[in-house]
Amino acid sequence: MMTEKNEKTALILLGCPQVPVQTSMALYLVHGLKQQGIRPVIAGTAAARKLMEVADPDRHYVSEMTDLDAAIDEITEKQRDFDLCFVFIHNDSGVAYAGTMAYISKARLYALLFGEHAQDLAGEIEFPCEVVAAKAVHNPMPLKHRLDEVMQWAVSKR
Amino acid sequence: MGCLEAMKPEIILSQSSFKEAREYIRKNVREYHEVEPGYRIFDIHIIGVPPLYVGIEGEHLIFPYTKPCHGTFVVKVPGGEEITRLRERKGK
Repeated sequence: MMTEKNEKTALILLGCPQVPVQTSMALYLVHGLKQQGIRPVIAGTAAARKLMEVADPDRHYVSEMTDLDAAIDEITEKQRDFDLCFVFIHNDSGVAYAGTMAYISKARLYALLFGEHAQDLAGEIEFPCEVVAAKAVHNPMPLKHRLDEVMQWAVSKR
Repeated sequence: MGCLEAMKPEIILSQSSFKEAREYIRKNVREYHEVEPGYRIFDIHIIGVPPLYVGIEGEHLIFPYTKPCHGTFVVKVPGGEEITRLRERKGK
């Protein structure tokens, strides 16, 4: 969605925060998007959002956050959409949410797959999106490297 | 689960994949209708990769309900006017 200031927006969809790298990678992604002048909106479960809030108490990175169901409601009702959408996936539900976003949103979709079964889950992706997959559970670096390869800001800054 | 919990759903299948939920409905419910991802039943959006099915059994709806942490459930709830709305859509 282009705002009044012609600012691009990105939806970051967080699933169950069971795998440690999710919060760290979400903060890293938010940072990178902001550096590109893209406004991130985080949608997630209550626990996933709370982890973000606690990790960024002064809101240096995190700005707007919303409930997962509320975000899907707004998009399906055509009240809102985004230019980019990043879905964090470490289980079957994550694939289901990404598949839903591929259908309901016009955003360019990125599926960020991590956890023990990242590669297996990547094989389940049968809809148009950019797949970013790495077996990362506690150490975010494999996924960070994959994301850096995909996103332009990493190329220009590192 | 919010509104869904208030409807006291019967849990037919728990913590499955969205594909298993799809196959369960297709194989076990005589009348089922294909819906698009995000299709709304009461205040619940159907989550998953197409094809997604919602079944009708008597006065009840049978549909997949995906929770971020616990996978997909197949639930059965009183359908009310949602049954008419579903049947009025095109196609099975």
